Amino acid sequence: MARRELSEINAGSMADIAFLLLIFFLVATTMDIDTGLSRLLPPMPEEDQQDDQSEIRERNVFVVLINKDDQLFVEKEVVDISELKELTKEFIMNPQNKSNLSEKRVDYVDFFGEVDISKGVISLQNDIGTSYGKYIEVQNELAAAVNELRNELTMQKFGRKFEDLDPLKPSESDIIEAVKKVIPMAISEAEPKKIGGN
Amino acid sequence: MSRFKRKTEKGVQKINTASLPDIIFMLLFFFMVTTVMRETSLKVKINSPTATEIKKLEKKSLVSFIYVGQPLPSLQKIYGTEPRIQLNDVFATTADIRDFISSEREQMDELEQKQMTVSLKIDKDTKMGIVTDIKQELRKASALKINYSSRKKYTE
Repeated sequence: MARRELSEINAGSMADIAFLLLIFFLVATTMDIDTGLSRLLPPMPEEDQQDDQSEIRERNVFVVLINKDDQLFVEKEVVDISELKELTKEFIMNPQNKSNLSEKRVDYVDFFGEVDISKGVISLQNDIGTSYGKYIEVQNELAAAVNELRNELTMQKFGRKFEDLDPLKPSESDIIEAVKKVIPMAISEAEPKKIGGN
Repeated sequence: MSRFKRKTEKGVQKINTASLPDIIFMLLFFFMVTTVMRETSLKVKINSPTATEIKKLEKKSLVSFIYVGQPLPSLQKIYGTEPRIQLNDVFATTADIRDFISSEREQMDELEQKQMTVSLKIDKDTKMGIVTDIKQELRKASALKINYSSRKKYTE
């Protein structure tokens, strides 16, 4: 039998095959990363459990209500959404110690020592007819208020923004935890209740 | 002076394409790795709200999705125009959410079940009534980590 020379495999069409696959994956790819506002729902209360909401004093609750016509009420007064952030910040920090804004308690927190911590809780209430878009807009403003306060705090203390801290670095994750203790994200999404008149 | 003789016979020089497959393969691998195949086909129209304080959702395997919105125009003859809930590939009611959550939970690793997140993809024109019902069902199913899916809003 005559020995034939080992012929090389023609690789010229390799590019075409790869192109074909490439185009398939290009078409099938969805690049969108899911983003959104993360929240933690409160656990369902036990049947026989008493309502312990009465412990929170009225001045410590910041009532934000959106009615069925997407109007915004803060502490029973009509407010434009552009003002909400400042109002929320003022309520939480209460720099002038006003008697109608949140109380403070003094506690020890790592890195900060003895600090004033607000007892305030933001209560976000909505109607059945409120639109979801408006609800998210308000949620976003409230989150923005808390994030700005945290940023201001870390800027003052460490000269860095809170959102730039890396939770994967152990030294910085401690700071993040401490800051979260000083300025908690206390947003309560109220239990649904029937508000008459619709 | 043959050095300066023009090469008149030759036309445009051919580009060497030997490395073309390599380049294409590189792109191919990039797309293969980054691709996430769409598992469900949407039956509802969702126009997400926008927000500025958003965070990325980590770990896709721990995320379950609940879609709420108007049925697509082609399905409106059967299902009407009221916002509906979609779980996996089918329309559902709030009563189905608990079963959905427990079946999603079973598919997860036991250690990771606590980190389960439910992403609510809801059209921004939906009324809050249906959203509140869903939230109550999620609380009953003790799936407490939720995420209001929204897009990044760019402010000037």
